[in-house]
Amino acid sequence: MGYVFDLRGVLSGQYLDWFVIGVATTLALTCVAWCLAMAMGIILTLIRMIPLPPLGWFVALYVEYHRNVPLLVQILIWYFGVPSLLPRPARQWINAHHGEFLLAAIALGLASAAYIAEDIRSGIRSIPKAQYEAARSIGFGYLGAMGYVVLPQAMRIAIPPLINQTLLLFKNTSLAMAIGVGELTYRTREVESYTFKTFEAFAVATVIYLLISFGIMALGSYSDRRLKLETR
Amino acid sequence: MLEILENNWLLFLVGQYPHGPIGGLTMTLFMAATALALCFPFAIALALARLSPYRWLRLPATAIVHTVRGLPLIMFIFWTYFVSPLVIGRAIGGVETLIIALVVYEAAYLSEIIRAGIEGLPAGQVEAAKSLGLRYWPTTFKVVLPQALHNMLPSMVSQFVSTIKETSLGYVISAHEVTFAASQVNNVLLTQPFEVYGILALTYFVLCFALTSLARFIERRTSSGRGGAPGVIVAA
Repeated sequence: MGYVFDLRGVLSGQYLDWFVIGVATTLALTCVAWCLAMAMGIILTLIRMIPLPPLGWFVALYVEYHRNVPLLVQILIWYFGVPSLLPRPARQWINAHHGEFLLAAIALGLASAAYIAEDIRSGIRSIPKAQYEAARSIGFGYLGAMGYVVLPQAMRIAIPPLINQTLLLFKNTSLAMAIGVGELTYRTREVESYTFKTFEAFAVATVIYLLISFGIMALGSYSDRRLKLETR
Repeated sequence: MLEILENNWLLFLVGQYPHGPIGGLTMTLFMAATALALCFPFAIALALARLSPYRWLRLPATAIVHTVRGLPLIMFIFWTYFVSPLVIGRAIGGVETLIIALVVYEAAYLSEIIRAGIEGLPAGQVEAAKSLGLRYWPTTFKVVLPQALHNMLPSMVSQFVSTIKETSLGYVISAHEVTFAASQVNNVLLTQPFEVYGILALTYFVLCFALTSLARFIERRTSSGRGGAPGVIVAA
């Protein structure tokens, strides 16, 4: 084929900088979206605990929407659709402040929140009702029973799936390239189109994605082993 | 919103078909179904390799599954796009690229579902087959897989839903599917992006929600219809 695989071309000078910026943006996007997802996931879980049917329907609709519409489409709605509904000054502010990063983080975070809410819910469901009843019978109120007895055990069960969600969220940040966020995939394509070193550029990106993913996976299997409840 | 739908429903449904390549929702469903069907044999092979008693089969299969799980789908799309000209000597179109990338990506995820299905079967099934004198292949294909696949049906439908959602990445490489069709409509109209992408989201929602509900229905049927076979409900 006469193709010489040479990493030096893409891992030096300006191109190395682009990769570094790309990784930093990917990680920043993951972190911002993760915090939003966690907060929203917990809020959704709390809303679902209120015994008022319309609130339950709202959460169900929220979860079904985010699980049945492709993430890329959700990102496109946030990027193209939502700003068009906002008043002009808000749109100008978004355009002037790297709106694509913020809107991608919102889209990723809200979508992840739907899955996180489900993970927390199945964690809570897996705690036998007797735990709650026992806590109430020794004098805890609703909040005390949930806060000291049910939730600590439920979180223990929910952490491994939550780490798996983090992995998915990290991988999904690559979709933000579709709206021009300068994350790793986007920067890789830039390096590729400037250097024509296609294989080198994508090999570097692939290795970076794998290293970070394997780190998250290792954390997941560690927590899985560490937090497993002893069942007798 | 209705006006947009009235003027562009054909584009959403079949793309520019009579005057150009077939696209739209038809292509989305075609790509998802083809990718899932093609990846099925690979997924079974991977699952059997991961459960194999031989290290030299188990380790590479495990490595493949973890590697695929660690990479975004879009990386596979780009790799397919760049590598396929080297393999077959000419550039391939967006649709072929997406299908190949999806086959590789989905095979790893599907193999995990199949593995869980096989592991969920009671050990007595294999022991009974062995005590009847069946060897590995007849045991696998006549006893283990038919039962495992039957129990996995709901997860397979969910996997089809994931695949449908993943075909939306055709937008990135200009494969003619429904997200790409919506972006074309949006490029023509320019002023109503929320409505256009709202229609797109609603289309996906109706399709995927119907399939998800079907998966739940099958799950209830299979778990109650098999005389309460112990603990065979597969984790998705």
